[in-house]
Amino acid sequence: MSQHVLSLLVEDKPGLLTRVAGLFARRGFNIHSLAVGTTEVPGLSRITVVVDVEGAPLEQVTKQLNKLINVLKIVELEPEQSVQREHMLVKVRIDAGTRSQILEAVNLFRARVVDVAPDSLVIEVTGDSQKIEALLRVLDPFGIKEIAQSGLLAMGRGPKSISERIYKN
Amino acid sequence: MTNSVASGSEHPVLNGSAALLKSLEYLGITDVFGLPGGAIMPFYDELMAQSAIRHILVRHEQGAGHAAEGYALASGGVGVCIATSGPGATNLVTAIADAYMDSIPMIAITGQVFSHLMGTDAFQEVDIVGVTMPITKHSFLVTKPEDIPATIAAAYQIATTGRPGPVLVDITKDCQINSAPFVWPPKVDLPGYRPITKAHGKQISAAAHMIAESSKPVFYVGGGTVRAKAQKELLELAELVGAPVVTTLTARGVFPDTHPQNLGMPGMHGTVPAVLALQESDLLIALGSRFDDRVTGKVSEFAPNAKVIHVDIDPAEIGKIREADVPIVGDVREVILDLLPAYAEMPAADRADLTEWWAHLNNLRESYPLGYDQPEDGLLSPQAIIAKIGEMTGPEAIYAAGVGQHQMWSAQFIHYERPGAWLNSGGAGTMGFAIPAAMGAKVAQPERDVWAIDGDGCFQMTNQELATCMINGINIKVAVINNSSLGMVRQWQTLFFDGRHSFTDLQPLEGPEFIPDFVKLGEAYGCLSIRVRTEDEIEPAIKLALETNDRPVLIDFIVSKDAMVWPMVPQGVGNSKVQYAREHAPDWDQE
Repeated sequence: MSQHVLSLLVEDKPGLLTRVAGLFARRGFNIHSLAVGTTEVPGLSRITVVVDVEGAPLEQVTKQLNKLINVLKIVELEPEQSVQREHMLVKVRIDAGTRSQILEAVNLFRARVVDVAPDSLVIEVTGDSQKIEALLRVLDPFGIKEIAQSGLLAMGRGPKSISERIYKN
Repeated sequence: MTNSVASGSEHPVLNGSAALLKSLEYLGITDVFGLPGGAIMPFYDELMAQSAIRHILVRHEQGAGHAAEGYALASGGVGVCIATSGPGATNLVTAIADAYMDSIPMIAITGQVFSHLMGTDAFQEVDIVGVTMPITKHSFLVTKPEDIPATIAAAYQIATTGRPGPVLVDITKDCQINSAPFVWPPKVDLPGYRPITKAHGKQISAAAHMIAESSKPVFYVGGGTVRAKAQKELLELAELVGAPVVTTLTARGVFPDTHPQNLGMPGMHGTVPAVLALQESDLLIALGSRFDDRVTGKVSEFAPNAKVIHVDIDPAEIGKIREADVPIVGDVREVILDLLPAYAEMPAADRADLTEWWAHLNNLRESYPLGYDQPEDGLLSPQAIIAKIGEMTGPEAIYAAGVGQHQMWSAQFIHYERPGAWLNSGGAGTMGFAIPAAMGAKVAQPERDVWAIDGDGCFQMTNQELATCMINGINIKVAVINNSSLGMVRQWQTLFFDGRHSFTDLQPLEGPEFIPDFVKLGEAYGCLSIRVRTEDEIEPAIKLALETNDRPVLIDFIVSKDAMVWPMVPQGVGNSKVQYAREHAPDWDQE
């Protein structure tokens, strides 16, 4: 299995997410992560989906997704030609002995502390998957109480936009 | 009543129901099949007050769905079915799934509870858009009357273009009641829907060369060729190339059975020449066919030496099962129209000689013609009956089948000479398809004789529509091939489950011979009903059926339950393992 990042430009219609998610489930494609949000074009949303598949089935995934009437465009974003970021909130146990070590790690990873309590911290971090995983490895010995993580967001490098040529004609 | 508060403007103000009706009318819909209920009542109130659209009241919504399919298949147009919310809508589900599998253009209109009640588990509320997402080409929920014209026009466009399929439009009751200006033609905005119909010139040229170089080509023709209405172009191309043609279950008739290049149907119950032509071919020219498992058998062993030219309007079909050497996305008819001159340009000297290929295939044809044994229990042979029906009724008629043994025999032993003559449930394999589909076909083509060739298992699933037929003067002819069992399952039990006939006997009781008695049942519906038990009764019964056109006819043919469908490729093995008859494989070394 290998992971592929697909960016879908879709019409913002009721049930759209169900159509996309249902297609993945029905055809046996495994979703690793999913992120949905608005775009610069009113009425259009963007879905970034990380899918676990081999090369040939990936072609089936994109062809089947393309058949959904509300899907306008699908682009596979290669890691080298795109910026890929995840966002995570993590709650860590602290005490007087561990506080400074944890804060050092936060600085090292250019993360931020967004909530402080006597025996816990909430840390916010943004980065690629490796960075997030690395931070978690560092924090793990201190006791991770809770994690909330976004799906991967991705965007192609350079001046081109995914929504170009959609509404030109 | 049409709520035409015409305010001097060019757009009359209509309630949603009237807008729906007008939209259907303007799209050229003349017949619809349905059954009313609470959430669709405002629309039915409008329906009653007009005459542009004929509404046929069915007895079960599934019947409306299959009738719409039969209507679409027979006419080459779109079929429309209507149901209320909740159970009415869910009763359409089987027919919608069936239309999806066989790419049949259909619009299913369902009533939905009031918008303010949606999501509250209201009476007869079902999220039918959610339920049908996996089995529709697309679906819509409409809550505002001003959205109706554009939605219905979009539904029509999506259902009938590209790879056709069913589209569901769910309309809330308040939307049917509330009013808005009716704007026609509406602006249909489908930025994500652009079917590709015209192929790349490069691919056409590559295909033409590949065909010319092939010494064992086969046209592997599927239902997409029927949907593309490409029968004329196919005939021309096939004759120009001179290659053999096989027509899949859903393509029967798109290439004439009497044509000398037609080897018949391929697949699990295909003819030996058709199965082996594909298997031994060096080039499959797949036209609107999708390499279904019932055609390929074990995919890794299917046509191992063949290159593939795959023409389909749905890009997702190409490479889904079998890698294509020349993939061509496009409408089959347009592609053939481009392929004809490209191939014709090629000097005859560059075209491979097919003499040896034909010698081999003709030998197979002579050695392994379709046939059957007389049953040993003294009961009638179902194959003989079905062949006789086809022979006496002729190629201009329409034949609808259910699913099972009788379906395969009808595909094998009736000659189809034109598309739209053979209606069946191919992909979904929906038992009970025949009666309502025949009904829909007869409404679309009233001047044709329409036979429903049904099994006794299938018949008991949808025979209630004979009441619809009787009351509406839809005079179909029904042949029940009655072996008192679920024959195809029984055949598999005989062959693959040591003859253990688990729950396939439909008449296990001592005592009354038939439960129910189909002749009495047919009479209860008002049909001319005949029972046939002996050979000498077959012809007169069919003759009487063909002469009776003032009411539906039902013939209950009592046949042997031991008759089996042959040839057969057992499931899960390669097509080279085709059995001509039980324990009788073709002789491979014979040349």
